[in-house]
Amino acid sequence: MAISRTLRLVAVPLLFLALWQLAAGRSPSHVIPTPHAVATALSKLAKNGSLEKDIVASVFRITWGFLLACLFAVPLGMFLALYRRTRMALNPLLQLLRPISPLAWIPLSVLWFGIGDSSAVFLIFIACAPTLVLITLAAVSNVKTIYIDAGRNFGLSTANLLWRVILPAAAPQLLSGMRTTLAVAWSVLVAGEMIAVNSGLGFLIMDARNAGNRFDLVFAGMLSIGIVGFVLDAAMGLLERTDFVRWSLADRA
Amino acid sequence: MSSTATSAKLDSPKVRVRDLCLQFERNGKQEKILDHMDLTIQSGEFVCIVGTSGCGKSTLLHVLGGFLAPSSGSIEIDEEEVHGPDPRRIFVFQESGVFPWLNVEGNVGFGLSALPRQERTERVRHYIHLVGLGGFEHTFPQQLSGGMKQRLEVARALAMKPDVLYMDEPFAGLDFITRMEMRKELLRIWQQERKTVILVTHDIDEAVQLGDRVLVLSARPARIRFDVEIGIAHPRDVSSPEYLELRTRILDELGIGHRI
Repeated sequence: MAISRTLRLVAVPLLFLALWQLAAGRSPSHVIPTPHAVATALSKLAKNGSLEKDIVASVFRITWGFLLACLFAVPLGMFLALYRRTRMALNPLLQLLRPISPLAWIPLSVLWFGIGDSSAVFLIFIACAPTLVLITLAAVSNVKTIYIDAGRNFGLSTANLLWRVILPAAAPQLLSGMRTTLAVAWSVLVAGEMIAVNSGLGFLIMDARNAGNRFDLVFAGMLSIGIVGFVLDAAMGLLERTDFVRWSLADRA
Repeated sequence: MSSTATSAKLDSPKVRVRDLCLQFERNGKQEKILDHMDLTIQSGEFVCIVGTSGCGKSTLLHVLGGFLAPSSGSIEIDEEEVHGPDPRRIFVFQESGVFPWLNVEGNVGFGLSALPRQERTERVRHYIHLVGLGGFEHTFPQQLSGGMKQRLEVARALAMKPDVLYMDEPFAGLDFITRMEMRKELLRIWQQERKTVILVTHDIDEAVQLGDRVLVLSARPARIRFDVEIGIAHPRDVSSPEYLELRTRILDELGIGHRI
C-alpha cells in the first residue's frame, strides 16, 4: 500500500512533467515554455517579492469578500428559512441575481469602488452572497424536525433554537456548500483581477502577457493560482473534519 | 368523586384530556385522526398506550406533548391548559433525537444551561451514571450503540427533572435482548424517580410488562377502546396466569385474537 501510494504521488507528476517537456520541445518556445523556464520564472518572482505581494493581495481580497458574504448571507438564509412570507417576497430577486455572472458586475464595481481592493472584495461578495443564501436556506430546511422539536421541548427561545440547534444541525451541509462557493469565488477573483485591479495573481498573468508575451511568467502565475486555490480548499476541508460537523459522515454511512 | 374540597385537590389528576379531537386536511378532505377522547392520568402513573400501526397513538402523544394543537377539546396538566411543548414535560422520540454534534455530557446537560455550573455538572454526572453511561461522557452519539443512544436520550430527558415523560416507541429500533434490558432499566429508574410516564408502543408485551395501566386504541379514527389496570406487582412474572390473561384480553380488544 505504502509503496503504491508513493509511486502514485511521484509517478503521476513525473509523467506530467515529461509530457510537458516533450510538448514544449516540439513547439516554438514562447507558446509553451519548458518546465525549467517556468521554474526559473517562479523562483525569480519569489525572490523579488512580487509573488508574495500578489498572493497576499489575492488572499486578502478573497478572505474579506467571502467572510462578508458569509456574515451577510448565512443569517439572511436562516431568517428566510424560518419566515415563509419574507422568503416568497425575496425569492424572485435571489433567483434573478444568481445567474448574473459576477464578472458582469466589474464595470459597476469599478465605477462604485474604483480600481483597488474594495472593488475586488465587492466582486467576491456579489459572487458568493446569493448562492450562500440559497445554500443556507436548503441546509436549514433539511434539519430534521426531531431536533427542532427536541429543542423546543427544552424551552429554547427562537434565538437559542437557531444558535444551539438549527445552526449546528445545518452545519455539515452548510460547510460543504461554503467550500464549493469558495472555489468558485477564487476563480472569479482571478478573472476580476485581470481587469479591475493592478495587483494579485490575476493581474500577474495579465501583466506578464502585456509586458511582452512572457508566457513563462503566465505559467508561473497559473501554477500559483492552482496551488493557493488548493490550499484554500484544503483549509475548508479541515473545518469539515472538526467534531462539530464530523457526525454527518457517520450519519450518511 | 371526592366529597370534600381538600381531597378533591389531592385527587386532582396530573393529566386531564377532555373531548379531544384532531383532524387534518389531506387532499382537500378532512381526515379524522383522534375522535372524542377523554382520559385522566394520575401523578406518578405509568400508562402504556397500544394500538395497531397507523391508528394515531403516536399522534395522540404529540398532541399531549404540545407539538400538535388539537382541533377541539382540551388537555390540562396540573389544571393548566397545554399550549405547546414545555421543559417540565419531556418527549423521548422514537427515532433517536439526541444531538449528534454534542457528546454524551453535552447532550445530558443541554437543557440545563440556566443552572449554576456546579449543580449542572453534578446533575449531568448523576444521570449519566443512572442510565449506565459512566465512562462515556466525552463520546459522541455516532460512536454509541442503539441501546446506549436510547439511554442517552432518557438521561437527557430525566436531567430536566420533568414531571411527565412522554415516550414514543422508545425501544422499537432495538434488538430483542437490548429491548428487554431497556425495559428493566426504565422500570428501575421509574421506581426511583416516580415520574408520570406515558409510553406509546405497538408491543403488547411491553405494555403489560411496564404499565400500571394500558389503554387500547381503536383503529383510525382513534378512540379509547379499552382501559385496563395491570394489578401485578413488579417484578412481573411473564408466565403467570394473570399476565397471560391480560395479554389475551388486550389482543382480543385489538381484534387480533391469540391464535395464529
